[in-house]
Amino acid sequence: MSVRRRERTDRILKIIFKATGLATIALLGAIFFMLFYNSIAFFTHISPIDFFTGSQWNPESVNGTYSIFPLLASTGLVAFGSMFIAVPLGILTAAYISEFAPRKLQIVLKPVIEMLAAIPSVAIGFLGIVLIGPAIAKLFGIQNGLNALNGSILLAVMALPTIITIAEDAINAVPQTYKEASFALGANKWATLFKVTIPAALPGLIAAVMLGLGRALGETMTVLMATGNAAALPKGFLDSIRTITATIAIEMGEVPYQTTHYFALFAIAAVLFVITLVINLLGEYFANRFRKFHA
Amino acid sequence: MKKKLTHFLNWVLLVGSTCIVCLFLGIILFDIFSKGFSSVSWNFISQPPEQGMTKGGILPALIGTLWLTLITTLFAVPFGIGCAVYLNEYAKPSLLTNIIRASIRNLAGIPSIIYGLFGLALFVQGLRMGTSVLSAGLTLGLLSLPYIITTTEEALKRIPNSMREATLALGATQFETIKDVVLPKALPGILTGIILTLSRAAGETAPILFTGVAFYINGLTSSLNQEFMALPYHLYMLSTQHQSIQQVRPLAYGTAVVLIVLVFGLNLIAFYIRFKQRTQD
Repeated sequence: MSVRRRERTDRILKIIFKATGLATIALLGAIFFMLFYNSIAFFTHISPIDFFTGSQWNPESVNGTYSIFPLLASTGLVAFGSMFIAVPLGILTAAYISEFAPRKLQIVLKPVIEMLAAIPSVAIGFLGIVLIGPAIAKLFGIQNGLNALNGSILLAVMALPTIITIAEDAINAVPQTYKEASFALGANKWATLFKVTIPAALPGLIAAVMLGLGRALGETMTVLMATGNAAALPKGFLDSIRTITATIAIEMGEVPYQTTHYFALFAIAAVLFVITLVINLLGEYFANRFRKFHA
Repeated sequence: MKKKLTHFLNWVLLVGSTCIVCLFLGIILFDIFSKGFSSVSWNFISQPPEQGMTKGGILPALIGTLWLTLITTLFAVPFGIGCAVYLNEYAKPSLLTNIIRASIRNLAGIPSIIYGLFGLALFVQGLRMGTSVLSAGLTLGLLSLPYIITTTEEALKRIPNSMREATLALGATQFETIKDVVLPKALPGILTGIILTLSRAAGETAPILFTGVAFYINGLTSSLNQEFMALPYHLYMLSTQHQSIQQVRPLAYGTAVVLIVLVFGLNLIAFYIRFKQRTQD
């Protein structure tokens, strides 16, 4: 091949590679556009005030009430519950793995976390039905164990690998000199862990929690299977709930194309998109702050 | 005395948390395998369902998942590697690469059900592909893209610059350097990332819900514009929507076993490649 031909190939391929890079921006832009275009179509039918402040999601009724509030409350409740379980467990486990576990145990624990992360969400939801649900029903003496508590436990299991992995990186990145200084002042290893290492790793730990929360908020199948799917305002963890994701999953398959109901599902998806975007950006902000701090 | 007690309690706190996390995995695997193992047989994976899903096997769901994963691979792998090559080999750090990287991170954080909506709006309705294995595969491909880009870029970063410089000094063009030196050298790392991403995609349910998955199809999926059955969706339907749920529970457990074995099998291959590469270096 002549040099000129080789150089032409080189130039053309450079353009192709660049195009794939630009396409990722286009993809994000297209998802954004799709959500907001359809949401605007929705808000020409239903006022945003009713959408955000109403108390009922009942598109099947005669007038069709579309309020995101019960769905948002459900999503928040189950995600909050999952973080209540997963954050302490995840951070303490990460601390144990990175600071105390012997080398050989570390080698065993890492694949355990990776296997936990690899289990498909539908399999975890299945266990919510056959295992956690009956256990909750028995424990609290209620008829049906498919509720927010069940969903919280399952989402905690799903968020744990994310939280542990990132928290472990954060704790590992705390400079050895900090710990040595603490030991030199006479602090024992626990005081060093809780008063020096963990506070120093805090931005990284916050990032871990944010990314775990993002995962829990966006999860569909587990909450769809394990939380009972009643679209009413939840009063507590033993109530059946229906998250934004589950609502989309249940109703999108049956709704006629380009009706108010169809657009409504895009509108609640847009709200979910904005929430997860903000949570992920916050996580990234804290992760960057942590990196700069220790660089 | 008090010191000893706090010492002990702290220890219990840390080790206890770690044990609970391990216990979660143990319970999940024990329950599914102990109850599902007896349902799995050669007939279970080689026969179609019979008598309204109460008997027979899961062959169409298995084939559907294979189709889906194949389409996802064909779409997302060239695209993902292309983008990673651009970011790591061609582009100098600039506002543009920062925007591309931020887009990739944000794409990775978007809930999978929103990819499902996007697939519905773009492929099923916009491009008129209908609910089909092609629409669903492309949707999963989009979902997989950010992971493939990130892992490929990690693999490319590990190739020392001296190798690129040596090839360029011999008169190779940049593309020839990438094609003949960088990519072959980074292949194990790239493969590991691809396999792990595919194992995630194979277990996804939400993105395929409205893009083409079906509870039952007659025969096997044989063309791109057909609807299809898939393992994770099959498990979902058997455990929540079937009219005689208790009767099909053993089949649901069996499906869960097959799904988890498939996903773990892919993970194991990825670990093996990673392990071999580390021992070689």
